[in-house]
Amino acid sequence: MNMKIMVCVKQVPDTEMIKVDPVTGSLIREGVPSIINPFDLNALEAALQLRGEYGGNVAAVCMGPPQAEEALRDCLAMGADSAVLISDRVFKDSDTLATSYVLSLAARQFGPFDLILCGKHSLDGETGQVGPQIAEFLGWNQVTYVSKMTRTEEGFVIDREMEGGIEKVMTRTPIVCTVTKTHYEPRKATMKGKLMAKKAHVETVDSKTLNGLDTGRIGLVGSPTSVAKSFVPPDGEPGTVIEEPTAVESAAKLIKLLTKAEAI
Amino acid sequence: MSDDKFDVIVVGGGIAGTVASYLLAKEGLSVVLVERGNFCGSKNMTGGRLYAYSLEEVMPGFANEAPVERKVFKERISLLTMDQSVTLDVRSPKFAESGNDSYVVLRSSFDRWLGEKAESEGAMIVAGYRVDDLIVRDDKVCGIISNGEEMDADVVVLADGVNSLLAEKLGMKKPLRPEHVAVGVKEVIQLTRGEIDERFGLSGDEGCAWSFFGANTDGIQGGGFLYTNKDSISIGLTCNLQKLSEGSKPLMQLMNDFQSHPVVAPLVKGGNLIEYSAHLEPEAGAKMIPQLYGNGVLVIGDAAGLTLNLGHKVRGMDLAVISAQCAAQAILEAKSREDFTASSLRKYKDLLDVSSAIQNIEARDKYLEFMENPLLYNAYPLMIVDMLARLFVVKGGRAQTIFDDILKNIEALGKNQIENDFKAVKKL
Ligand SMILES: Cc1cc2nc3c(=O)[nH]c(=O)nc-3n(C[C@H](O)[C@H](O)[C@H](O)COP(=O)(O)OP(=O)(O)OC[C@H]3O[C@@H](n4cnc5c(N)ncnc54)[C@H](O)[C@@H]3O)c2cc1C
Repeated sequence: MNMKIMVCVKQVPDTEMIKVDPVTGSLIREGVPSIINPFDLNALEAALQLRGEYGGNVAAVCMGPPQAEEALRDCLAMGADSAVLISDRVFKDSDTLATSYVLSLAARQFGPFDLILCGKHSLDGETGQVGPQIAEFLGWNQVTYVSKMTRTEEGFVIDREMEGGIEKVMTRTPIVCTVTKTHYEPRKATMKGKLMAKKAHVETVDSKTLNGLDTGRIGLVGSPTSVAKSFVPPDGEPGTVIEEPTAVESAAKLIKLLTKAEAI
Repeated sequence: MSDDKFDVIVVGGGIAGTVASYLLAKEGLSVVLVERGNFCGSKNMTGGRLYAYSLEEVMPGFANEAPVERKVFKERISLLTMDQSVTLDVRSPKFAESGNDSYVVLRSSFDRWLGEKAESEGAMIVAGYRVDDLIVRDDKVCGIISNGEEMDADVVVLADGVNSLLAEKLGMKKPLRPEHVAVGVKEVIQLTRGEIDERFGLSGDEGCAWSFFGANTDGIQGGGFLYTNKDSISIGLTCNLQKLSEGSKPLMQLMNDFQSHPVVAPLVKGGNLIEYSAHLEPEAGAKMIPQLYGNGVLVIGDAAGLTLNLGHKVRGMDLAVISAQCAAQAILEAKSREDFTASSLRKYKDLLDVSSAIQNIEARDKYLEFMENPLLYNAYPLMIVDMLARLFVVKGGRAQTIFDDILKNIEALGKNQIENDFKAVKKL
């Protein structure tokens, strides 16, 4: 029951190091180191565990600038079997639609895959759109917010992490899943893994070698999304602390305040 | 090379470890450097100044390429009392001459660069892994263990810094004793380039190195330092750990007092604290040097106790380079014989013994006792500063000659004491 799994990864600025320009409200990315989007590592871990249990192989795929090769090497160090970097200037400024389009082409070119795993969202964009859009491009089933996957005869039983509970879903492969951090704590690469990854081959494709690419659907022209404005949300009003001598008095004060605010 | 065994594993990506890796990889050996921080230099600190001569030998012209902060053109020494000071300011083109030159560095960028140089020669750096233990078989070190994972090599080079727990585990080194180390604290304070140039009288890439003695360590054996970076200054204090624990003020308070001293306050004024660090420094000279070699293992850099603190000259990084050079040469020779036993690796000690590193450390040992004299850190600076201050005071009445003044001070301190100390100086 060998499975071919593709894991989509991207680099994001290390949010712990990021600052916001107080004047323009935009993120200052200069000099901020890149890390692999943490949820993508959960997706990779899920893939590696599935491979461990059921056999198969794992390909890490990234659309990004040349320096994203480093992220792919980290994936190889953790245990991915192969890595593909899709990199070309013409991909610059692609939104989630264009990105998903490119990744779906990669899935065709380097597949066939049984499973495509993504992080539940990226730390920088937080849209959570890429996974579902890849599924749409490929016409596959999709399951989002996946916390755990168990193989069955025909596909998977999947735990979906919902607000207030877990939803169990049964689905056939091929599937696209977006993974949460609950169960799949990423492993630390071994030293030997790191050393091996330094020498490993990272397959690189560009706009010419990516099969079937319609250049009208990528980059700025292929991206219907435009950012109208980015801003830092204003600090909220500080809350009111009610601390009267007795509980009865506190309750009375609370009711008074709520009434005054016309909340009750 | 088999896939599982390397010629050399170097533990620690400081100056010593990166330079050793560079030299060995350059000669075609398979080298893995394991560093516990996220990159070489990420955890390292120094006061600030690298004397260039030894690294220059390893990488000629390194300063043109490396991320050095400023080249030292100006040396200052200050003696401080609580509210007075005497400062010597020496500026000389000699400082810049090749061979004499020295550079202020920040380790996180400098060591990282050295690591990249080693990598460009083929060394492989694994960062983010702490070496927990060494593999020892039949009394020979055969590799390292990190997080349960083993990795084998013919030789392991311990470049893991002043508190080399690994050398200790092997029984090559005794645990550190508080009287044998100084503890240093350092702050990096951000200022604009212009502010630095103006406050220190510098221009372009010129830098200033400044040491401070006296009240800033509250009479404790040690001193203060200040180095100018491009757009920040490195300022700190070092104190003997034992003496500090006997003293009345914690190091942090000494540091605060130091920075509020009238000489220092205007230098740091308005700056933005961007980095704080603390580190130990070996300071007991030759008696701290551990067993330097064993079967399949060498100890270099601070791990080997190789520092030289003369107060106004603090040296460790240049000696780390020398020890890396000696170690690399010894390993290459051992490799040509395929003999990595202690008797083969002994060559390292032989080379080091005749190097300027050990010779200077041994020469300094004569000063050690002298430098422990507490009067050096309180009474003498006070006396000198006081006398010089009085030299400039005019207040009417019959003026005292400077000799009267000196005599009075000597009497105050006790003639015997001074005589003894003077004898000690003559002995040096
Ligand atoms: C306050 C102060 C001021 C100084 N000022 C100067 C100066 O101005 N000029 C000068 O030349 N010298 C100065 N020195 C001395 C100088 O900093 C040291 O001699 C120098 O840093 C020694 O380099 P090293 O490579 O031997 O050790 P370190 O720089 O300490 O490097 C050791 C490395 O090993 C790593 N490591 C440790 N244990 C492990 C492990 N188990 N596994 C993996 N990695 C490990 C560490 O993370 C580190 O990267 C000063 C020292 C101090 C404390």
